[in-house]
Amino acid sequence: MNEFMEKQVKLSWHAPKKGYDVVIIGGGGHGLSTAYHLAKRHGISNVAVLERSYIGGGNSGRNTTIIRADYGIPEAVKFYQRSVELYQRLEEETGRWIMHKTKGMLKLAHSEASLKTERARALMNQAFGSDTVFVTPDEVKEICPQIDLTCGGTLPVLGGSYHRTGATARHDRVNWTLAEGALQEGAHIHQNTEVTGLIMKDNKVLGVKTNQGDIEAGVVISNAGGHVSTVCGMAGLRIPIRTHPLQAYVTNHFAQTFDPIVASSDLLFYVSQTARGEMLMGAEIDRQPSYNRRSGFDLLQSCSYRAGLLLPFLKSLRINRQWAGSCDMSPDYSPIMGKTPVENFLINTGWGTWGFKAIPVSGEQMAKLVATGKTPDLIAPFSLDRFARDRTMADRGSAGTH
Amino acid sequence: MSLQITCPHCGTRPIEEFTYGEIPHVPETLTDLDARDVDRAFMLANPEGETTEAWFHVYGCRRWLKLKRDTKLDRIVE
Repeated sequence: MNEFMEKQVKLSWHAPKKGYDVVIIGGGGHGLSTAYHLAKRHGISNVAVLERSYIGGGNSGRNTTIIRADYGIPEAVKFYQRSVELYQRLEEETGRWIMHKTKGMLKLAHSEASLKTERARALMNQAFGSDTVFVTPDEVKEICPQIDLTCGGTLPVLGGSYHRTGATARHDRVNWTLAEGALQEGAHIHQNTEVTGLIMKDNKVLGVKTNQGDIEAGVVISNAGGHVSTVCGMAGLRIPIRTHPLQAYVTNHFAQTFDPIVASSDLLFYVSQTARGEMLMGAEIDRQPSYNRRSGFDLLQSCSYRAGLLLPFLKSLRINRQWAGSCDMSPDYSPIMGKTPVENFLINTGWGTWGFKAIPVSGEQMAKLVATGKTPDLIAPFSLDRFARDRTMADRGSAGTH
Repeated sequence: MSLQITCPHCGTRPIEEFTYGEIPHVPETLTDLDARDVDRAFMLANPEGETTEAWFHVYGCRRWLKLKRDTKLDRIVE
């Protein structure tokens, strides 16, 4: 964070205390949101967020900022719908502008199979309170006139789903706003503090070891992204997560407003416009698991080709920047939240390619879990023990491009 | 340029021709049979650093090969 932003958002740093009631590993959106909700909703402010570099510097600063709730299973629709609503009122609640903009999201189908998925998605969403409708090609053209419905003659658009409450927000502002809110209520945030181990006794976590010294903790929550397997390994816990890189890139400024977020599961890409007017594009995760955050020419080439088929105007734009983030992929494409077999150790992971949109709700629900000691109904289906119970939450609609 | 994998049958080919497969290692300390099954089915080491993995040459000879790769740098070691 630069000096200018530190003046805009009132952040203050503290010396670490000997111990805290709650220690949150990971100062990304989810970690900050958990601290924010613990302090604001439950009055638990003896909380520390430990971040190994700077807040929001990991995947919270590398995502493509899409907020949506058009999922394919009831539990997920209800969960993300809550998040959409929390995002809608976050500005009012905090008094900070997070550049939230409701744009609507189009998911296009170019094959009978995807058409079936989109129809099912619309019906499922309507049944569980998320605003999604099935749309015909004509309606697609009306919503987004720039689309070439024939896709260059290769893969004609057969229809799709339109999620009216789909939105975007500025990721840095979300992180800083939540950090500011948590700090105001008395929580501590320690940057440049890397967790190197956990202080354990039998099957119980008593604190964390960091490069800045040991910190005692009543409860430790792992909100680490990317290195969650490492953190869980410190507790002797094995988790069903594989870390893949995901690449994205932006073009130069496009002079018109391009409102909807457009995704296509057959062409495997999605596109939206940033507040600066850049066209933001992304595709599927890289096939090899890796912690590397380097992006390459391959994706630019293949993704731009596919994007150009659907939206020919993109061909006249130039690519400005590209980057990659780490995605923690769970086998069923759903997050893993809640208690673990290790006492006083909670996890919040498996955020794959859908982490940004869940920042407020995961923080709210994890805070509720810490405050009450009981897993809230909204996140109970996403517990780690679902794999042992054979209750996986396979969701075809989870990512726009899988 | 994308990663290149050297297949013993087909020579050096781009990674897009292969699919990934992890070689599962259930920890010895896990003794309960049901827990071992769950671990075998779902749990992953997800290591950062050098690791041995299996790749299937789906658009080539359709055979499995073993590969040593560094997941931190995303570089093939051998």
